[in-house]
Amino acid sequence: MPFVLSRVDDRLIHGQVVIGWGRPLGVQRILLVDDEVAANEWEQDLYRMAVPEGVTIEFAGTVAAAPLLAAWQADARRSMLLTGSVPALVHLYAADPAALHRINLGGLHHRPGRTERLPYLYLTAEEYRSLVELETLGADITAQDVPSAVPVGLGALA
Amino acid sequence: MSDSAAAPLRGVVVCHGTVAAALVDATEQISGLTGHLVAVSNSGCDRESLEARIEAAVADGPAVVFVDMASGSCLIATLRRLRERPGVAVVTGVNLAMLVDFVFHLSLPPAEAADHAAASGGKAIRLP
Repeated sequence: MPFVLSRVDDRLIHGQVVIGWGRPLGVQRILLVDDEVAANEWEQDLYRMAVPEGVTIEFAGTVAAAPLLAAWQADARRSMLLTGSVPALVHLYAADPAALHRINLGGLHHRPGRTERLPYLYLTAEEYRSLVELETLGADITAQDVPSAVPVGLGALA
Repeated sequence: MSDSAAAPLRGVVVCHGTVAAALVDATEQISGLTGHLVAVSNSGCDRESLEARIEAAVADGPAVVFVDMASGSCLIATLRRLRERPGVAVVTGVNLAMLVDFVFHLSLPPAEAADHAAASGGKAIRLP
């Protein structure tokens, strides 16, 4: 089935993800796409500790994840795709635009070169341009940290 | 004895939002002991910046790091950066009773202070 949420969040798995979104969406599986975590089994154990009972996690690096998107979507479980950066998102979208048709910007925090677009969302000019390009290609992109927040369209983040 | 071993034990309270600051303030009000706890918030942080905040608060240690939840960004950031650091113990599920106990047991080694505080925090959870 289609991913119930495709989210970009540089904290990866945390309270907003597993409680704020996971509960109302009935998420059964989190697909965590992050090169650093995929390469570190100790960190994977840490993230497994961070999810409620009954929720499974699968880990993959960005390049390895791209060819898995179709199989992941073929699974009947309610799955959330989660990655921590705009470049990773762009890579995944290029591999399977339909799988990532709707994209949730959930949290990208301050770093040098980024400017505040929302209290939980900071983007460099390049990151913003990349997202606009995805939208031009057909992606539906909104920023929304938690389900109770009002989704904010990309145009309002310029 | 190394410099770090001679340093006083400190508590670092790592929580979501403003919880840590409130807990530290309340502990200091109750105990009358100030300067032993440092509050760290995860607000506005990605993983790396939260880890940097925690590491700066712990400094050279020794320290006990009190984390709000037994999972999530605060614990993950703490363990990613400090799991192999000698002289640092980590406790989850921080509450006020735990911190009040801690500031009265600063002469203990970090692991013992953490055990003692965790026991007090656990005892404070009741269904009266």
